Amino acid sequence: MAKLTIPEEELMIPGHMGCLGCGGALAMRYVLKGLGKRTIVSVPACCWAILSGIFPNTCLRVPMVNTAFEVTGASISGIRAALDALEIEDVNVLGWAGDGGTLDIGIQALSGAVERGHDFIYVCYDNEAYMNTGIQRSSGTPEGAWTTTTPVGDTQAWKKGPKKNMVEIMVAHKIPYTATASVGYPEDLIKKVTKAKGIKGPKYIHVFAPCPTGWRMPPGKSVEVAKLAVQTCAFPLYEVENGVYNISKKPKKKPITEYLKIQGRFKHMPSDMVEKFQKDIDKEWELLLKKEEFTKSL
Amino acid sequence: MVKKVITGNYASSYGAKLARAQVIAAYPITPQTSVVEKIAEFVASGEMEAQYIKVESEHSAMAACITASQTGARTFTATSAHGLTLMHEMLIWASGARTPVLMTNVNRAMAPPWSVWADHLDSVAQRDTGWIQYYCESNQEVLDTIITAYKVGESRDVLLPSFLTLDAFYLSHTYETVDIPDQDEVDKFLPSFDPPYKFDVEDPHLFGSLSFPHQFYMEWRYQISLSMEKAREKILETEAEFKKIFGRSHGGLLDTYRCDDAEVVLIAAGTMASTIREVVDWYRDKGVKVGLARLRVFRPFPVKEVRELAESVDVIGVLDRSYSFGYGGAFFAETAGALYNVPDKPLIKNYVVGIGGRDVTPDTVSGILNNAISLKDKGELDQEIEWIELKEGGD
Repeated sequence: MAKLTIPEEELMIPGHMGCLGCGGALAMRYVLKGLGKRTIVSVPACCWAILSGIFPNTCLRVPMVNTAFEVTGASISGIRAALDALEIEDVNVLGWAGDGGTLDIGIQALSGAVERGHDFIYVCYDNEAYMNTGIQRSSGTPEGAWTTTTPVGDTQAWKKGPKKNMVEIMVAHKIPYTATASVGYPEDLIKKVTKAKGIKGPKYIHVFAPCPTGWRMPPGKSVEVAKLAVQTCAFPLYEVENGVYNISKKPKKKPITEYLKIQGRFKHMPSDMVEKFQKDIDKEWELLLKKEEFTKSL
Repeated sequence: MVKKVITGNYASSYGAKLARAQVIAAYPITPQTSVVEKIAEFVASGEMEAQYIKVESEHSAMAACITASQTGARTFTATSAHGLTLMHEMLIWASGARTPVLMTNVNRAMAPPWSVWADHLDSVAQRDTGWIQYYCESNQEVLDTIITAYKVGESRDVLLPSFLTLDAFYLSHTYETVDIPDQDEVDKFLPSFDPPYKFDVEDPHLFGSLSFPHQFYMEWRYQISLSMEKAREKILETEAEFKKIFGRSHGGLLDTYRCDDAEVVLIAAGTMASTIREVVDWYRDKGVKVGLARLRVFRPFPVKEVRELAESVDVIGVLDRSYSFGYGGAFFAETAGALYNVPDKPLIKNYVVGIGGRDVTPDTVSGILNNAISLKDKGELDQEIEWIELKEGGD
């Protein structure tokens, strides 16, 4: 029999309020498996402010606090400082925010928190738009995507400009551990969470969390599309530990069309746009390979 | 007990140290900065055992104080003007989360034009945030209020955040003699923070989750209102207890001076009260029956005290160091509101003074008193709201 590598204990119990096929729900379940029971989680306005449960219910077996949209970084700084002041040890402090709450409105508080060096794990579950408010573009939305505020139309008003690279922004803060992970690869995700747990200081994990509702695809496709994002190198899995890059999976690269074609949000893309998308991905992947090679050689 | 000659800002730092604040989260802003600098010195020297988060904004300062408080730590921050108004969202969050965070606000004018001088708009604009608001007149009051305000805010009946304010430069940078109480005595007076609910991995709860209109949101807000009502008696009770141990108090919610038989009373907050006190004495020496009611607590508003005062008074002049564009200063509007349902109301006039740190001198106060006395004689108002000592061409 195959050996279970994923902890059996469930800290997220049935009854969450998310949509069918929610990648964000899977992400929380896996991350808590990695962190364990002694965890306090802070969540700003995002899908998870609803998923967690309507008063008086909760689907988590760890303390969770709701906080304002832009303050996740500050809120976890406060929790850690208070735990230190009260001499409470051996508790993980988890910041948990979406791409809007991390890349856009919460970037200042997060930047401040990681720069100050508090001991916490920050997870951005990236569904590439403001899904909780109804699929508006964020700076995490990929170029070319349809959202309700980039509605395409006759003028081709899709999302312009590349997705903000939050992982590199975190790496530039010189924090001890940064990683990407995907709900399509739970073992890799949990391994990274467990590793982060053992490191003192600020840790950042960027989790790819498909949203069938916003990506215009059937709920059953979430895991498949998450895997395809990795296999096409649209969302590479890697870690940066003390400045050294380590790519977790080096797939035999599939064409980007396989990833795009099952998502309604890209269906309007003309062929030249798809070609550009492929070129951008190839360039980014090459750059990542070089970064790994170079930083490992130092 | 030790006597030190210190600024209002340092009195605030000493207050936070004596209260054993455990988590400080603060960001520099003129003229508050020396409050947090002094605390940084206390922490660096080991005199104060606290975690000090040097946040990247005031908004984050308040956010960090809130979760630190929810984790079970006593928290402190300090700010001014734009810092306070940047916090606005989190101020409402703090009372909603029932966290007794304590803050010093150095009252400073809002830009534009830039001004770093005394003005109450910053804190008055936070009226509806669910914070208890104290306005201080002396550096001693600043220190003492920090200690008493923690006790009020942290009491199980209240569980609300509080801020105290001191006027920019008039107190923040002015040296006065301040009694620094013994730590032992403060410890006896102020027990450690013991919230009924906190983050606990052994007893997990979800804090602040969504509540539908048919559920308990409205009742949650009503409970805050009840607690703010309870804060009235708690403030008085705590001050009385403080007086027993430390031998001084600062006048409860409405600090009255020579009001007993007064026909004309000025209501004012902050340092201008000291000037008014002096001028009231001059008028009293001449046999003119005037008095001062210093608005020490703006939230909860001293409705009962204002009504009692109004029973025997002919004219109340309310001095506002801020203005709500569209109708009057807030202290005036609240005073008038508190008296509307009372029979035999006095005349009430609003004097808008000292905006942007303009000095409120004894001459300014005399002019106001003379005007108020003339209203008593005429039995009617000349105008409801008057901006005092505007420069020529200012209109």
